[in-house]
Amino acid sequence: MTVSPTSSNRSLVDVHNLHVSFDTQDVLRDVTLRVRRGETVAIIGESGCGKTVLLKSIIGLIRPTSGSVHFDGNDLASLNDRELTQQRARFGYVFQNAALFDSLTVGQNVAFPLRQHRGYSPARVRDLVLTRLAMVGLPDSVVSQKPAELSGGMRKRVGLARALIMNPELILYDEPTTGLDPIMSDVINELMLRTKSENENDVTSIIVTHDMRTAHKVADRIIMVFPLSRLEPDEPQLIFDGAPEKLDHCADRRVSQFINGEAGERLTELQQASSARGL
Amino acid sequence: MLAVLEVGWWFAVTPALSRREREKETELGMSTGTADRRPRRGLAEGMHEVVVDWGTVAIEAVVSVGDLVLFCMRILSWMFTRMPRRETLLPNFYQVGVMSLPVVALTGTFIGMVLAVQSFWQFRELGLETRLGAVINMSLVRELGPVLAATMLAGRVGSAMAAELGTMRVTEQIDALASMGANPIHYLVVPRFLACLFLIPTLTVMADFMGVVGGYFFTVEILGIDKHHYWHNSQQFVGVFDLLSGIFKSLFFGAAIAMISCYRGFHCLPGAEGVGRAATAAFVYSFVMILILDLFLGVLINSVYYTFWPEGVSFL
Repeated sequence: MTVSPTSSNRSLVDVHNLHVSFDTQDVLRDVTLRVRRGETVAIIGESGCGKTVLLKSIIGLIRPTSGSVHFDGNDLASLNDRELTQQRARFGYVFQNAALFDSLTVGQNVAFPLRQHRGYSPARVRDLVLTRLAMVGLPDSVVSQKPAELSGGMRKRVGLARALIMNPELILYDEPTTGLDPIMSDVINELMLRTKSENENDVTSIIVTHDMRTAHKVADRIIMVFPLSRLEPDEPQLIFDGAPEKLDHCADRRVSQFINGEAGERLTELQQASSARGL
Repeated sequence: MLAVLEVGWWFAVTPALSRREREKETELGMSTGTADRRPRRGLAEGMHEVVVDWGTVAIEAVVSVGDLVLFCMRILSWMFTRMPRRETLLPNFYQVGVMSLPVVALTGTFIGMVLAVQSFWQFRELGLETRLGAVINMSLVRELGPVLAATMLAGRVGSAMAAELGTMRVTEQIDALASMGANPIHYLVVPRFLACLFLIPTLTVMADFMGVVGGYFFTVEILGIDKHHYWHNSQQFVGVFDLLSGIFKSLFFGAAIAMISCYRGFHCLPGAEGVGRAATAAFVYSFVMILILDLFLGVLINSVYYTFWPEGVSFL
């Protein structure tokens, strides 16, 4: 994680010595990470390693146990409810299961951030919503449907439309392609790329994924997080940080095992761990 | 002497042991059985664990009460700084007010009739059956109307709120709200709180009214007591103060139901089980709170009453 002094000045997200624990369980330890404006970073790692916790810490949904998260120079933990609300208008968050409000229609869901932050007329809001939905490939007819009536892929695209409607500076994607068929996954990849190119590379994205195709196709930089439970106390939790091309030549066995999807000795390790616990 | 110590030691250590086993069970997702029960330890270690256990219980209790108080403070601070929008308020008012009316009215009617049935024979023995109006209507407006309306609200609306907010928590909808710059307390909790606070008095009045009607119907139409004396006695003993004291109490009940239920929903544990527990806990805690508040408010109202009207009232 060597960052040159010039680039550090332009970093949009600055995570410094972040430590997050729930009750007695440590999830993140001493994580330091800088994301520059315009960069697309993929965070990879196996399930339960703390990727989503890291993402939610970046947006201030989870408060750090220690350490700090700065967004554009503001320490999120020190902001009050109102200031945090203002900052969050600059984020877009695509949730793993879309997290659409099921009491509202698709149209109301997509319009939600606009109604919250902008005093636009209903006609203008409707136009913007329809344009956004068309961009993610959804017809006008879905506007009045409830999220429960949509398929998984459609829900994810509605979630994407909702996250993008405010033209956010930072978009956080939480496993955007998980649970979708290969073609729909690639549609989402294309949408992420298009969002970037349409905004003249001014938009910064952080993508949490374990889909290596997404990581290679969309990201400029890949970071791999490793579960704390399998690390020695002095080992860093981010075991890889670099360009996607370098990932394939990484000497670390843990990284190559993950990107090639090899179980290796994992099953034996898991069995040993469970028997050690007295099963 | 030793035997006493031994027994005391076991009593003290058993909770700690069972707690550890429970932890182990949840960790593994299954029971460990009795095979690996830990060996006995010394008295000092046992005492140490008792202190640790009680300390943990005390700390957890303080933390959760503090958490609830902070939650309530946030509700109040948002309520006074920015009113929620009409479109978030109206559905909640509809749910709490309109949809709860039938069930509250029905409960009120029946409780009025039940009061008549239960007290009729005793009062008849004394030849005081015409005083039933005073007894039934006084119990209704001071006590049963507010408490029953609140109980029905806790059961119908409180648990539904906890389940709804709990599901929103579990499916990340609350996080989604926050991520879009909408404060979840302001958007989700304040409208529910206001709906409960403003509409519980109307529900109480409804329960009172239907109870009075039910009591009158059973006493006069079925048990055949003289209508004129029934109303005359009611009028003599039940005053505006009694009605208002019931309504005053109901405001506190409504606030408690909304705060407890929303808090439970917000702090819901993951999964279907978590949502179910949140809904149950919302009702149970609300109900207990209603009764506790009822006692203290009752004492308070009585002391106010006797300060202004020291001679008091007598039914007999």
